Amino acid sequence: MTNVLVCIKRVPDVSGEVLLTEDGMSVDARHVGFTVSPHEECAVELATQVADATGGSATVLTLGPSDGVEQLRSALAVGCSSGVLVEADTDRFGPADVAAAIADVVRAREAAGDSVDLVLLGNDAADTGDFQVPVRLAYALDRPVLTNISSCEVDADRVIARGDGPDGTEIFEVPLPAVVAVLEGGVTPRYPSITGRMKAKKAPIDIQTPTVEPRGSGRVRLRVPPPRSGTVEVLGQGADAAPAVVDLLVKIGVVSA
Amino acid sequence: MIIVLVEANADGLTLFSREALTFARALGDRAGHAVQAVVFDEPTDAIRQQLGEQGVALAHHPDDPRLSDYAGASWAAAAVDVVRSSAAEIVLASGTPRGNEILAHIAARLDVRMAANVVQVESTDPLVVTRQVVGGAALEDMRLDDPIAVLSVAGHACDPQAASVAMTTEVATVSPTLDERDLVTRVMQVEQTQAEDTSALTGARVVVGAGRGAGGAEGFTDLLELTELLGGALGVSRVVTSLGWRPHSEQVGQTGSRIAPDLYIPCGISGAIQHWAGCQSAKTILAINTDPEAPMVTRAHYAVIGDLHEVVPAINKELRSRRTG
Ligand SMILES: Cc1cc2nc3c(=O)[nH]c(=O)nc-3n(C[C@H](O)[C@H](O)[C@H](O)COP(=O)(O)OP(=O)(O)OC[C@H]3O[C@@H](n4cnc5c(N)ncnc54)[C@H](O)[C@@H]3O)c2cc1C
Repeated sequence: MTNVLVCIKRVPDVSGEVLLTEDGMSVDARHVGFTVSPHEECAVELATQVADATGGSATVLTLGPSDGVEQLRSALAVGCSSGVLVEADTDRFGPADVAAAIADVVRAREAAGDSVDLVLLGNDAADTGDFQVPVRLAYALDRPVLTNISSCEVDADRVIARGDGPDGTEIFEVPLPAVVAVLEGGVTPRYPSITGRMKAKKAPIDIQTPTVEPRGSGRVRLRVPPPRSGTVEVLGQGADAAPAVVDLLVKIGVVSA
Repeated sequence: MIIVLVEANADGLTLFSREALTFARALGDRAGHAVQAVVFDEPTDAIRQQLGEQGVALAHHPDDPRLSDYAGASWAAAAVDVVRSSAAEIVLASGTPRGNEILAHIAARLDVRMAANVVQVESTDPLVVTRQVVGGAALEDMRLDDPIAVLSVAGHACDPQAASVAMTTEVATVSPTLDERDLVTRVMQVEQTQAEDTSALTGARVVVGAGRGAGGAEGFTDLLELTELLGGALGVSRVVTSLGWRPHSEQVGQTGSRIAPDLYIPCGISGAIQHWAGCQSAKTILAINTDPEAPMVTRAHYAVIGDLHEVVPAINKELRSRRTG
């Protein structure tokens, strides 16, 4: 029975140009929706698989604004059974602060008799891309940590994990309790079923206020990089453009004349 | 002192590590710091030669059989020993999966901030770095004012350049203090799998890209032929992998691979910021798309407006006829 805590982050769902708030300190998300990183969608899927396979539970946690309930419900609809919202202003929380706040939740649960055997997170958040919350969380909890993991399963008291390394797929075996940071690519996140959606509506969400005093991220300002200078040269329309394309390939040296 | 953690393969230092060394040298010149390296791999003549070309006079080599199987924690423990003994002010590595992992361990052990994927140094006193956020669609200026600054350098943030004065690199072997607990996360086994395809993609000179416009798993025949004719690799958008048309190892973008080929030919890819994050380092981009307003088209150097299922076979035919003719 493995109890999994999976951590996700509500982020702006920008696909076109990034807009910034007037003070340049955050992404202006007023005109876009919200989502979570594909890495975290895969972490949620793995959490559900481990909970199912071991007869344990999957709890989903987010640290952020109260609207993060939307992302918690999405995870509850695909197999997590309860949620935790740590309500905080993410702009004031640096990665070490986020890790400290999650560690507090884990310790409080364990103190109350609910073991947290495996913590899954996305490898890096889609917006801040800090690449360190999982590792800092592991140090705060004094647990082993793996990052860049594509898939994992629990065998008795160990987690067996796989990830792509420089020489091939690397396999790890780590004793529980442990922290694992997940990358997209090893599992396919399931779609919510109708019963899943119904369950998600009724699933309990525990709302908490963090006690950590945030040190912040060190952000001075955000900027949008200038677009590439120069305009596009259209070589032609449809199949007729083929000779012009091959001329270009020769010109830049990827095809010999 | 700046300590750079470098990675190597059979040919010597990786391109990313040579970039990180060049980045460190520029930072060191501005801030008045010398650059030293930490080499986990056996420091071969080729590696020493490359370090020397990068102006590195001293390389530390943690020598312990327990480090031969990679573990983020144990490699970080060894690096922290070097950082402490050399009184380094800055620790730096390339923003590779291992680079970011080891640096995160180091930052947690030293209880200092870490900046991931830095592309530029804004100021050296205080140290303010510019790094990629939102997959590179935005930049963040971040202050690193702890006694030791930890940062990773984004891939292709600079070109590797030899130092004006080459050095003869001395290798100092160090015996790290390792805790058994740092070894439990070591690699137990390595399987040759799709990781190889990924390195073929990230190292390719030409990448043919395919997105939703491919239309289905069966819509790749002409694209694969073009890839073959150009001796390149196929890269795809997330839509393509999510729909199961192609494996994730071929995905380009924020949650896939970052490529930097001489030529990228995205076909039927709209150019969402998360895809752009993975292909913006391509030297030349030739977009093939039905929509002249697609961001990939407006940001490309060259474009063909049209249905990829007509354009790509025509290019293949032209390539074949010029080859035989
Ligand atoms: C946090 C996060 C991370 C992400 N990571 C990635 C990532 O790593 N990689 C990635 O690619 N995406 C990623 N995405 C998804 C990204 O936002 C886009 O959804 C995706 O890139 C779109 O793929 P596409 O261009 O193939 O599809 P679409 O956006 O649907 O575009 C299809 C394009 O094909 C053109 N087209 C259609 N038919 C034809 C035809 N017959 N011939 C020629 N052109 C045609 C259309 O004009 C259009 O421009 C991520 C998203 C998030 C939120």
